[in-house]
Amino acid sequence: MAAKFENPIVRWIDHRLPIFSFMHHELHEYPTPKNLNYWWNFGSLAGIALVIMLVSGITLAMHYTPHVDYAFDSVERIMRDVNYGWLIRYVHMNGASFFFIVVYIHIFRGLYYGSYKAPRELLWMLGVVIMLLMMATAFMGYVLPWGQMSFWGATVITNLFSAIPVVGESIVTWLWGGFSVDNPTLNRFFALHYLLPFVIVGVVVLHLVALHRFGSNNPLGVDVKSAKDQIPFHPYYTVKDAFGLGVFLIAFSAFVFFAPNFMGHPDNYIPADPLVTPAHIVPEWYFLPFYAILRAIPDKLGGVLFMFGSIAVLFVLPWLDRSPVRSGQFRPVFKIFFWILVVDVVALTYLGGKPAEGWYVIASRFATAYYFLHFLVILPLLSIFETPRQLPKSISEPVIGGGAGFAGAAAARRENVR
Amino acid sequence: MIARIKTLAAATLVAVTLAGPALAAGEVAIEAQDWSFGGIFGTFDRGELQRGLQVYQNVCATCHGLKHVAYRNLGDLGYTDDEVKVIAAEKQTTDGPNDEGEMFERAALPSDRFVSPFPNDAAARAANGGAYPPDLSLIVDARAGGADYIYGLLTGYKEPPAGVTVPDGMYYNTGFGGHQIAMPPPLFPDGVTYGDGTSATIAQQARDVSAFLAWASEPNLEQRKRAGVMTILFLLVFTGLLYATKRKIWAAVH
Repeated sequence: MAAKFENPIVRWIDHRLPIFSFMHHELHEYPTPKNLNYWWNFGSLAGIALVIMLVSGITLAMHYTPHVDYAFDSVERIMRDVNYGWLIRYVHMNGASFFFIVVYIHIFRGLYYGSYKAPRELLWMLGVVIMLLMMATAFMGYVLPWGQMSFWGATVITNLFSAIPVVGESIVTWLWGGFSVDNPTLNRFFALHYLLPFVIVGVVVLHLVALHRFGSNNPLGVDVKSAKDQIPFHPYYTVKDAFGLGVFLIAFSAFVFFAPNFMGHPDNYIPADPLVTPAHIVPEWYFLPFYAILRAIPDKLGGVLFMFGSIAVLFVLPWLDRSPVRSGQFRPVFKIFFWILVVDVVALTYLGGKPAEGWYVIASRFATAYYFLHFLVILPLLSIFETPRQLPKSISEPVIGGGAGFAGAAAARRENVR
Repeated sequence: MIARIKTLAAATLVAVTLAGPALAAGEVAIEAQDWSFGGIFGTFDRGELQRGLQVYQNVCATCHGLKHVAYRNLGDLGYTDDEVKVIAAEKQTTDGPNDEGEMFERAALPSDRFVSPFPNDAAARAANGGAYPPDLSLIVDARAGGADYIYGLLTGYKEPPAGVTVPDGMYYNTGFGGHQIAMPPPLFPDGVTYGDGTSATIAQQARDVSAFLAWASEPNLEQRKRAGVMTILFLLVFTGLLYATKRKIWAAVH
């Protein structure tokens, strides 16, 4: 359906290049379930976080020098001598953490409400691809300031590839561009750190195409039955997302302006020194659950396999959880296990930041085992044995008074405008 | 059931957190001090920073550099341009090459970074019995505990307890990991004479130089906190308006 535009120039362009029709269709009239709760804000927040990272990152790249002798000092020059350089860098540093916070919440929302189930399997898998790309980007970005944690984090993580039988050592040498993490490593990490965000943008576009194919899932998890169940994206979700963005920016600003180094590690303000190993090498907090899994396995190759396996299992999740009911609201037993999984992942995050000794190791092993148990055993069994609660017939049904739905809301909106 | 699991989870987290900080031998308990630059509205105390600069110049600068800070930055401490020129000119720095291709010595200018005491790391180690005196430009950001840690270290020199032997060239210090540090006690009562008449106890000097190094680590701290207060005030109002708008628009749907 081609929208009617009043501006003749817009009409002229749209007739030849229907970009305005496209935007109108996908951002304005795009029919969205009317019952989305605030957990659905985190998708658009993730998109905004990506834009914040791109803009601050490109600005930083204008002042940064990717060379082992100058990288650390160039970052300090940004902090001290570039106009508002401290702000740009703190936004980028804390932006990475907040991007992960938002995306992790987005993922747990998908897990709870069964957003990965048919027909949204590819939408979910593209999301997992985005998360993997984010991790690669964040890891390489953390290396760029060339502090102690940058250097030793890069050394530990690249060394994981040496666990691959036969060709492992050669692969590590190839990754490094030499025989240790050094200038060639820093140079290529900078090039890739600049490239990957644009790859992420590409996959995000695919993620959105897949999303708009069937529209958003919703807290009830039942399919949209009629226009009564839906409202147009604009103004309802644009204003709701804008409000969510405001709340996000308040939390984000609190860290950027008042605790900018809270989520960082003090050792990264010490210039990289290949001759001095820090007492505890810890990755950024958003990698800690995976780091805990890596260290929980007493075998190097096994650890690497389980670490990647913890993400690979998400790829096949739509086929592990066969329950036809999407939303956890109607799955009494699933709901309990969902919260246990949340606690398990929080525990893994905590354990990943602790030294690998004593009871931490034992606890990491239990937490790791439970993580896989949840996806590989509990979810498939629940699909068979759980009796879900009665599902509502439609989105409109459980809402008292029913609401006017898509048509009514659109009409009411027109009334408001007049 | 869910509520019970949530309570259980919270209890587990609390238990795990409490089990954390049991202090082993040689570990450092960092005592939090009350700093003028702490908190949301924190600002540097200019008098404190100027005294701290004096301690740095007279004591620390013998071994420790401050290479990320330029003399011109001392304007932040309340010095005039002329005073900054005088402070800079006390040091000689190498410049060049000149028209004849020779390197030459000249007095430092406000545009120069603080002149480091040693030409390179190896020279610094050689002059200090193999121990490297780190550059102090970022020392407050680079240590867990920040200014509190620096203060604790500078005031942490004590007689070793009975049964602890400290090897030659090392000193007992409760503020340093392992309690043995290669840096000799740097501060002495009245080791510096303050121009403003403040009594130069060890604690006072330690406090002043810790504040100065906090400034050196992050000279933009005041600007950052001021901007933060304005930003958050704006966002609170703006987000409030967005919420009101959201309520109005959604009124027809609910």
